[in-house]
Amino acid sequence: MTASAARAEPAIEVRGLTRRFGAFTAVDDISFDVAAGEVFGFLGANGAGKTTAIRMLIGLLAPTAGTARVAGFDVATQAEQVKRHIGYMSQRFSLYEDLTVRENITLYGGIYGLSDDAIAARTRDLATRLELERELDERVGRLPLGWKQKLAFSVAVLHDPRVVFLDEPTGGVDPMTRRQFWERIYVAAAEGTTVFVTTHHMDEAEYCDRVSIMVDGRIAALGTPAELRARFGVGTMDDVFVRLARPGAAA
Amino acid sequence: MSARATPPRRGAQRTLGAFVRKELHHIVRDRQTLAILLVMPLVQVLLFGYALRTDIHDLRVAIVDPSPDARSVRLRDRLEGTPRFRVVRTATTALALEDLFRRGEADVAVVLPARFGESLGRGEPTEVLLVADASDPNTGTIMQAYVRAALAGFEADVTPQAGGPVRIRVESRMRFNPTLESANLFVPGLIALVLTLVSALMTAISLSREKERGTLEVLLVSPLRPWQIIAGKVLPYLGLGFAITCLVLLAARLAFRVPLRGSALLLLAESVLFTIVSLSLGVLVAARTESQRAAMLGALVGTLMPTALLSGMIFPIASMPGWLQPVTFIVPARWFVVIARGIMLKGTGLAYLWRETLVLTGMAAILLVAATRSFHARLD
Repeated sequence: MTASAARAEPAIEVRGLTRRFGAFTAVDDISFDVAAGEVFGFLGANGAGKTTAIRMLIGLLAPTAGTARVAGFDVATQAEQVKRHIGYMSQRFSLYEDLTVRENITLYGGIYGLSDDAIAARTRDLATRLELERELDERVGRLPLGWKQKLAFSVAVLHDPRVVFLDEPTGGVDPMTRRQFWERIYVAAAEGTTVFVTTHHMDEAEYCDRVSIMVDGRIAALGTPAELRARFGVGTMDDVFVRLARPGAAA
Repeated sequence: MSARATPPRRGAQRTLGAFVRKELHHIVRDRQTLAILLVMPLVQVLLFGYALRTDIHDLRVAIVDPSPDARSVRLRDRLEGTPRFRVVRTATTALALEDLFRRGEADVAVVLPARFGESLGRGEPTEVLLVADASDPNTGTIMQAYVRAALAGFEADVTPQAGGPVRIRVESRMRFNPTLESANLFVPGLIALVLTLVSALMTAISLSREKERGTLEVLLVSPLRPWQIIAGKVLPYLGLGFAITCLVLLAARLAFRVPLRGSALLLLAESVLFTIVSLSLGVLVAARTESQRAAMLGALVGTLMPTALLSGMIFPIASMPGWLQPVTFIVPARWFVVIARGIMLKGTGLAYLWRETLVLTGMAAILLVAATRSFHARLD
């Protein structure tokens, strides 16, 4: 997947992105690129500015300074275009529990302007892939959490977005299900979707092509997991994270 | 990978359609709430019509007539002949009244001046004193109104030409409701109450539920525009409100013969206008609250209470303290109640109700813009 990083236009291009709330600077002049088809891990402790940064990238929050281009469109001036070409899965479960699996798929397909035929085809395809054929007309609320999460991800990429943003997608899910979830992420990436994912789970950071680690609104480290481990001379991403996020503890 | 986003214009319609459909699913799925929404207005019609009736039968009247003559006897006959009244005492001085009221033997006293008949005959303004047992102020007012209505009838009998000599002020709303049936007065207000409940409360709850569960965030990240989210939320409830209005009107007609003298079409159109105002209020409440519970409370206090208390549906605006009366101007239901009563009881049309309609239209426009704006202000 890193090979595709050589492609002409990056999927995400961030330059000097800044967001202040009054006197507090939540995101402080960050810059990075994410290549098309890359799985990019966006890490940081709570309060480091991750959420603020992701909200600017998906068009929910206007930047105070700097620019960001997502899928080739400027988030500040072309927010509507950006929204058409991205998918989003929030940390909270984002499907409607009182609607059936099929109705949820139809809803999001409709919202993203897919034709009825396309929606029908996607529904079949999705049901087969997730082994949900028998549950298609079951209310989502009755599915186990792991299935819900996989379904939420599939719905987030239903319209073939160029970039999908996953904000802590695996909260509260057991390790086995997390693995399966990551398999779905790889499939999407292999099909050309860029994946931008935030997580607390450092084992998940290892699954990413590259990771960035935010500390106090800045990007403190950026590279492949192997590079970062080598640079800090530690064995796991967990240790890298502890070094950066809590320098006192590591010293 | 064949189906990347369709062209925007066609997409916008599909998008909204998908969203409205989903909203309908929510409403239909939640059977319990739907049942409550449909049954409650009917229960309210019956409650307001029967239990909360404020019209009083068997009103005990005392008459003080210092100088009986042909005219005053005619008045007494008229009062006695009114089925609602029962004349319990006729006296020549007002002294007896004190005792009568204290023992609770009379509800209302009609005190004629000395030489009542003579001054009437000369066409002079003649004052008649009405005393009502106002230990329950509301009932007192109503009892007085009944007697006034009877006096006005007498006045018309005695002097058919314009400008009657008996100085009686009859509130204009009663003039059009000569039998003073309270159901007639309540039903227009009830429509306002029920519409507020369905539209403001339900929208606030359904929108804040999306906020609480995080689905709203996903919608805001989608190509849905804020106006589409609002429209998608508002349209299904507009339909529901419309259905409920028809239901209430029908129930009121069947159970209490509440008239609909004016245009049904106009009334329904005005109801839709009022519903839009309430829906926008619901959206605004949801935008400013963080949880379903807070939104529910906000909608109750912010919309339902003013509708019930300040619209004039239960408490006449004219009898509110002076400082409170201007406050009612900002209560949408106040205007709607005037409109609905006008159309239903007086049979008036837009020619007389354009001012109220204009106010509601203005409110709808301002609130819709404000509601849409509240979603532009991104979620923080």
